[in-house]
Amino acid sequence: MAEAHKSEFSNPLVNWIDTRLPIFTMMQKEYGTFPTPKNFNYFWNFGALATVSLVIMIVTGIFLAMNYQPNAQLAFDSVQHIMRDVNYGWLIRYIHQNGASMFFITVYIHIFRGMYYGSYKSPRELLWMLGVVILLLMMATAFMGYVLPWGQMSYWGATVITNLFSAFPIVGKPIVTFLWGGYSVSNPTLNRFFSLHYLLPFVLVGVVFLHVAALHVVGSNNPLGIDVKSPQDTVPFHPYYTVKDSVGLCVFFLVYAILVFFAPNFLGDVNNFIPANPLQTPADIVPEWYLLPYYAILRSVPNKLLGVCMMFGSILILFVLPWLDTSKVRSARFRPIYRQIIWVWLAAVIVLGVCGAHKPEGIWVVLARIGTLYYFLHFLVILPILGKLERPLPLPESISRPVIVGGGPMPSGATAKPMEKA
Amino acid sequence: MADSSTAVVHHTGHPDVTKRDFLKLITGASAAIGTAAVAWAFIDYMNPAKDVLALSSVEVDLTPIVAGQGITVLWQGKPIFVRHRTEKEIKEAEDVRMSQLIEPQPDSQRVKPGHAQWIVLIGICTHLGCVPLGNKPTDPRGDWGGWFCPCHGSQYDTSGRVRHGPAPANLGLPPYAFESDTKVKLG
Amino acid sequence: MGIMRSSLVAIALTALAAPALAQEEAPTPPSQHWSFQGPFGSLDLASAQRGFQVYSEVCSVCHSLEYLHYRDLRGIGLSADQIKAIAASVTVPQGLDDNGDPKEGPATPADQFKVPYPLPNPLQIGVTHTNEKADRAAHNGALPPDLTLIVNARENGPNYVYAVLTGYADAPASFKLMEGMNYNKFFPGHQIAMPQPLHDDQVTYADGTKATVEQMSHDVVTFLAWAANPEMVQRKQMGWRWVLFFLVMAGLTYAVKRKVWADVH
Repeated sequence: MAEAHKSEFSNPLVNWIDTRLPIFTMMQKEYGTFPTPKNFNYFWNFGALATVSLVIMIVTGIFLAMNYQPNAQLAFDSVQHIMRDVNYGWLIRYIHQNGASMFFITVYIHIFRGMYYGSYKSPRELLWMLGVVILLLMMATAFMGYVLPWGQMSYWGATVITNLFSAFPIVGKPIVTFLWGGYSVSNPTLNRFFSLHYLLPFVLVGVVFLHVAALHVVGSNNPLGIDVKSPQDTVPFHPYYTVKDSVGLCVFFLVYAILVFFAPNFLGDVNNFIPANPLQTPADIVPEWYLLPYYAILRSVPNKLLGVCMMFGSILILFVLPWLDTSKVRSARFRPIYRQIIWVWLAAVIVLGVCGAHKPEGIWVVLARIGTLYYFLHFLVILPILGKLERPLPLPESISRPVIVGGGPMPSGATAKPMEKA
Repeated sequence: MADSSTAVVHHTGHPDVTKRDFLKLITGASAAIGTAAVAWAFIDYMNPAKDVLALSSVEVDLTPIVAGQGITVLWQGKPIFVRHRTEKEIKEAEDVRMSQLIEPQPDSQRVKPGHAQWIVLIGICTHLGCVPLGNKPTDPRGDWGGWFCPCHGSQYDTSGRVRHGPAPANLGLPPYAFESDTKVKLG
Repeated sequence: MGIMRSSLVAIALTALAAPALAQEEAPTPPSQHWSFQGPFGSLDLASAQRGFQVYSEVCSVCHSLEYLHYRDLRGIGLSADQIKAIAASVTVPQGLDDNGDPKEGPATPADQFKVPYPLPNPLQIGVTHTNEKADRAAHNGALPPDLTLIVNARENGPNYVYAVLTGYADAPASFKLMEGMNYNKFFPGHQIAMPQPLHDDQVTYADGTKATVEQMSHDVVTFLAWAANPEMVQRKQMGWRWVLFFLVMAGLTYAVKRKVWADVH
């Protein structure tokens, strides 16, 4: 194939570049004419919103790093310097600080959308698993970023989370010392966390690229969960979904702006306004809201090692979700029981989150245990069995003809229609 | 499924086309304004911060500087040459014919009235930003008795005017004022 | 749509759960009215200036404001000349003289607020911190905290600081007060090392405001709220512009979206 690529762009410069490096053709194909199911609802905005969040975090982060000092003596002061003396420093820092929350909320909704509409099912298993990798990377990045202001909660959060690894027999203690680069969370820890906090977002960009690449091979799922049958089922990505994503983006920015300008510290912790003090632990150590459910799972188990394993397991279990869910029907719309219990699962996660914010005593322990139990029950027992027992509703013939007119002859086997070929 | 790239929705001769284009124009313009506003915050972020701006003035005590010698002080991160000129040096600087200068400027414009013995200069060569020699007693001062830049051989006279290239312009003058006969405030 | 509503509730619940954290045994401080509260809140400059006077004449003896500089006082409405005069009236360490001995002199607007017990060798960059050992030695082992961020560093900060300042009382007969401690209704554990700092008419306000303990506490909290969030007024003003902008943009993009999608069935 020595033949040169023939570009069809009329602008001579674009054409010249595109003939030699067809990036414009690629953009046109992947984001311009890319055939996309025409029945997306607004929940399909959240992938784009998450991408925008990542870009915002990287840009604001690069700027913050111009004035931040990753040194235990200077870190807290340098953040105050950014907030008080650097032009618009407060704005860029508050965008970054609250951006973490905005990023997680969009990604959590994005994940829930995937679960509700069965987007993880064949042929999108790998796409889903790459998404779980993204979630793990986000958590690591967010955790290390939270340490950087070097306030009390930064310091003690780092201490508690790194100590999780001490649960592992024999290797535990050496691992923790290794992570710290010392015998406690200290300057070397802060320094390496800064380095990694700067690195990981770019790794994230790489995995996001793979995530999108995989999506563009298998194509998007849609609210009906059925495959695209014909060109009538799709619209080109641009302008249809670029404009629809723009609507969502404006609403996203509206919420974001309210947070940044009117309640910038609402989601933060008051203890982080006190410089790190290795001699005094705050009364309650809690992670940021987006990690609370996992924290509750950790604390709900009396055994330290088991608690750590359950906590990590609660995320890792998502990797095998495509095989735990045995139902052939993707969208919850056509799964009368699943569409109920998925809300129970979400409620369990929220209950866990609330438990994570409270001291582990009294009712909160009981609730956290119930929540944890249900969380795993959902994945390990309910989903595998439900797929076999549940009787799905009849699936529509195609996206273009979603409504099945009553009385019409149902295609035979529609009720238990197997996975369409990809 | 990725192959089904032929999907195009046709919409020709729709009556709303012009209205839609106008809407798009407003939307695009508004988005551009918003983007520019955000971009400004990021640009301004890199300008000098308030603490830097606040430290923009320095006071210099002149009493220890004897005639014929100079000191270098740091002001806004730049070396500032303060030299106590002798009568001879002042006369040399004042008597130079303008036609001999690369950037003609009388000495009287480069000192404060009544304080001709004090020359205050930004000690940065106007060629490529090196710090010229000549402020320490042991330094070479060049053929005109002022300053000599070791990087590319530019030479300045006792008024800080360039006399020999490659520097294109005279040494800069910082904003300063005499608070008393023995005290100068830079900035 | 059910899914939309349910997930919004879920988000709200999770978000609400986060800040509901430290619950001390001390009673909840009663809510006061603050000029700076709410999205339309601004700063009562007169009150903040009176609060600065209270800080300077009373609190500053023991408490530092490490992250403030005299130049920052522009934020509570003082003029450049006023700030110059305020700074010049304070003597601060000015590095070393030509013999290598510590030097002192009048502060300039660029200087950090004077720290009551500064560390002998502050780092070149950054902030002069309190010398904790000297500070504790002078205060019977207790360390008066820095106040720059105190309003942010406590739950319900403004009301809490106000409640502590006005919450001194005689200990109930059943309460066992430790030696050298003072009873306070709102301090966690009710035992506070700081003796009651404010008494009626302790300062004389230039504007004739009567200096009651409540008035002084209110003023000093207003000042400290500004000290903790000096960007607050600018932030909220800018916030309204952005909120409006995104509302309009949401409307515009939605209109464009409707037009673009009009053909699709």
